[in-house]
Amino acid sequence: MAKLNINGKTLDVNAEPDTPLLWAIREQLGLTGTKYGCGVAQCGACTVYVDGEPVRSCSLPISAINATQKIITIEGASGKIVEAVQKAWLEHDVPQCGYCQSGQILAAASLIKAKPSPTDEDINREMSNICRCGTYNRIRTAIKQAAAAVRGA
Amino acid sequence: MNALDFNRRTFLVGAGATAGLTLGFSISDEALAQGATPEVNAWVVIRPDDTIVVRIGRQEMGQGTVTGLAQLVAEELEADWAKVTYEYPTPGQNVARKRVWGDFATSGSRGIRNSEKAMREGAAAARMMLLQAAADEWKVPVAEVSVAKGVITHKGSNRSTTYGKVAGAAAKLTPPTNPPLKDPKTWTIAGKPLKRLAQDGKVNGKQVYSIDFQAPGLLNAAVKDCPIWGGSLKSFDAAAAEKMPGVKKVLKIENAVVVVADTWWRAKTALDAVKIEYDSGKSANLDSKAIDDMLNEGLGATEAFIGNQSGDVQAAIKGAARMVEATYSMPYQNHAPMEPMNSTARWTADKCEVWTSTQNGEAALATTSQAAGLPLDKCEVYRMDLGGGFGRRATSQDYVRQSVLIAKEMPGQQIKLIWSREEDQLRGCYHPITKCKMTGSLDKDGNLTGLHMRISGQSILATIRPEALDKGRDPATFQGLNAGGAEGAIGYTIPNILVDHAMRNPPVRPGFWRGVNNNQNAIYLECFMDELAKEAGIDALEFRRKLMKNHPKHLAVLNAVAEKGGWGKPAEKGVFRGLAQHMGYGSYVAACAEVSVNDAGTLKVHRIVAATDCGHAVNPAQIERQIEGSFAYGLGAAMFQEITIKGGKVVEENFDSYPILRMDDMPAVESIIAPTGGFWGGVGEPTIFVAAPAVLNAIFAATGKRVRNMPIKNTDLRKA
Repeated sequence: MAKLNINGKTLDVNAEPDTPLLWAIREQLGLTGTKYGCGVAQCGACTVYVDGEPVRSCSLPISAINATQKIITIEGASGKIVEAVQKAWLEHDVPQCGYCQSGQILAAASLIKAKPSPTDEDINREMSNICRCGTYNRIRTAIKQAAAAVRGA
Repeated sequence: MNALDFNRRTFLVGAGATAGLTLGFSISDEALAQGATPEVNAWVVIRPDDTIVVRIGRQEMGQGTVTGLAQLVAEELEADWAKVTYEYPTPGQNVARKRVWGDFATSGSRGIRNSEKAMREGAAAARMMLLQAAADEWKVPVAEVSVAKGVITHKGSNRSTTYGKVAGAAAKLTPPTNPPLKDPKTWTIAGKPLKRLAQDGKVNGKQVYSIDFQAPGLLNAAVKDCPIWGGSLKSFDAAAAEKMPGVKKVLKIENAVVVVADTWWRAKTALDAVKIEYDSGKSANLDSKAIDDMLNEGLGATEAFIGNQSGDVQAAIKGAARMVEATYSMPYQNHAPMEPMNSTARWTADKCEVWTSTQNGEAALATTSQAAGLPLDKCEVYRMDLGGGFGRRATSQDYVRQSVLIAKEMPGQQIKLIWSREEDQLRGCYHPITKCKMTGSLDKDGNLTGLHMRISGQSILATIRPEALDKGRDPATFQGLNAGGAEGAIGYTIPNILVDHAMRNPPVRPGFWRGVNNNQNAIYLECFMDELAKEAGIDALEFRRKLMKNHPKHLAVLNAVAEKGGWGKPAEKGVFRGLAQHMGYGSYVAACAEVSVNDAGTLKVHRIVAATDCGHAVNPAQIERQIEGSFAYGLGAAMFQEITIKGGKVVEENFDSYPILRMDDMPAVESIIAPTGGFWGGVGEPTIFVAAPAVLNAIFAATGKRVRNMPIKNTDLRKA
């Protein structure tokens, strides 16, 4: 039985050590905002934070994480930056099907944390999450607005 | 459930905020007695708190259809948009009520254009009934009452009430027939760039897609169907898998091996431990080369189905001052929606229920009934949100069928089947493979006198909907190349024309992939138009214009992008432009692309100006998103996507070998939405047609290289 600290709570996880964090989150803990897209760390739909850093949880076994590491999923994500991103996402009506957006939002908040004034090149480089609906241009605009809101706050 | 019984129940499944809605529990009579809301009519439910619930048969999957349809209903209803929400009637309810909600199929860009009339009329009828109910209550003539934003007023007596207060009385009135509809010029809710309904759950992780379905005691299934197209399952050894943690059962379902376990990850892990052998059948030597040979034979075959014929093209070619020939090709492509195929089912001897994401709830219900061995009225499909569709979830309900067959093996047990990404790649319904030989004749002045398009390759309908073939001919092959019609007419008048199709069907399953056959038809025709213009020594826009005098709507969108795109004016240094136009799904579209190609041969698409005339624009903001989204989808395919075949099996099993367009390749998009009224065209697909040919024409301008074989990555773009 593994212990994981997810969204501020330490929880028991009844899964084999090689179980990807994604599936522990979805199936053991019932948090379905983190999505399965490819299983090979290509698409980013499964993005969560581990100790504040974005990781692709589909390719990270739970054996590689200990109970002191803080995992944050879209359901538990909060704070000035994430909230500014979510607000900008709604203002620009970014989501289409929405399936990739949990991952996009967490990736965007990480980018703004690292680069408070992200350039187009920063966005191109750091936002590698896949969106099949093609919301990229709205994501770009919303990131810039969220970053400006965080800077001005 | 009879109609009366139905009227007494609220809907079980919806997209609103109501909790528990996707579980399909019946609402008890006690609960109903405590205030369930009756419907005004099939389309409109108004709750006592004035919330307007619009019932929608079509499916939302990210394209905005549901918001657009709700706008049309709110418009005719004179509702307060802030109080509008929606819910999905189930396919079973549609059967029980003799298809009162019409066709659920959400494909072919028809979500709005084929529902607008019935829904607007339903809403207009509801408005008249609501006003009548208020007038009856006040004992005044209905002509003296008016409504704005759901508030009904009688000025003479200074009285007012709300829709929510009179909805119960209105529901008892006889509906009017042929209610008059508003002139779109007077719209105040429809036609406006409103934000989408139900967006909050997409930014906080709370939106439940069918892959997220949870229920007490739910088991999970992983599947490996025979990956060899034309092959079959020979044998498998499940001894190791059966002993693995959480595994409940290993099953054979038709040509598939399935593991049922407590969690999906355990099911998948155990499935990977099953040793499976396949019989390749006739497909052992089926590969991309063999398919190409098959199509090449079709390019020169004497027999072909005719799509569009006028004049004598062979005579025109014989008498030509100059002739141009070129052969183009389009590979297989997969839909790859972000949410892999999945479906949850529970089967008992007298009831089968399915919870799934589908573009066609009615087809899912029919599939369920057939697989369950139960009549339609003993089956139900609960429609859940889709993580993308793009035609995959319209073409085949194969995943629904599998889930029902699995559930049937464990009666009473609710089981969720999820396909891995690899399964989704291997068992797709691919954009069909075709090639096209283009032959054009020019007179001495550079006028186009004849055009022969010989398409060789796969028919979607022959595999997916053979009953729709016309004496063996697949009419959908000729999308956008037809001599006329409201759906997809060619935009050029050419004195001698022949468009024909040598149908060659490899055993790899084709499907309706966003844009469908328009995608390759627009590439073939629009790139070749540029080739002809070049040979004639005439500007590509002018060359087209000469042929488009009888096609004013096609021409108008082409002119619009040429003007806004700066055609004929200098571009930024190193940037080159290309044009394309096409018509499909009732809409006229055009694009002007700007690209550059650096010394290393790397392509950069900088900007695309796009225009669409879709007749009526129900929500311009959402149309813009469809234009941009269609470009992301279409450009990714044009630039780097291809499904290749080896040993009868798809080679590209995940996004590492089947790359998807990402942020860094997304061009700036400028949309011109130019609805001219009088007709209803689609918007989900049409603009995708022109993205690739406009870019290909710009690549030629930039490099002098004519890319004729998709995807572009297979051509070295470095300057010769």
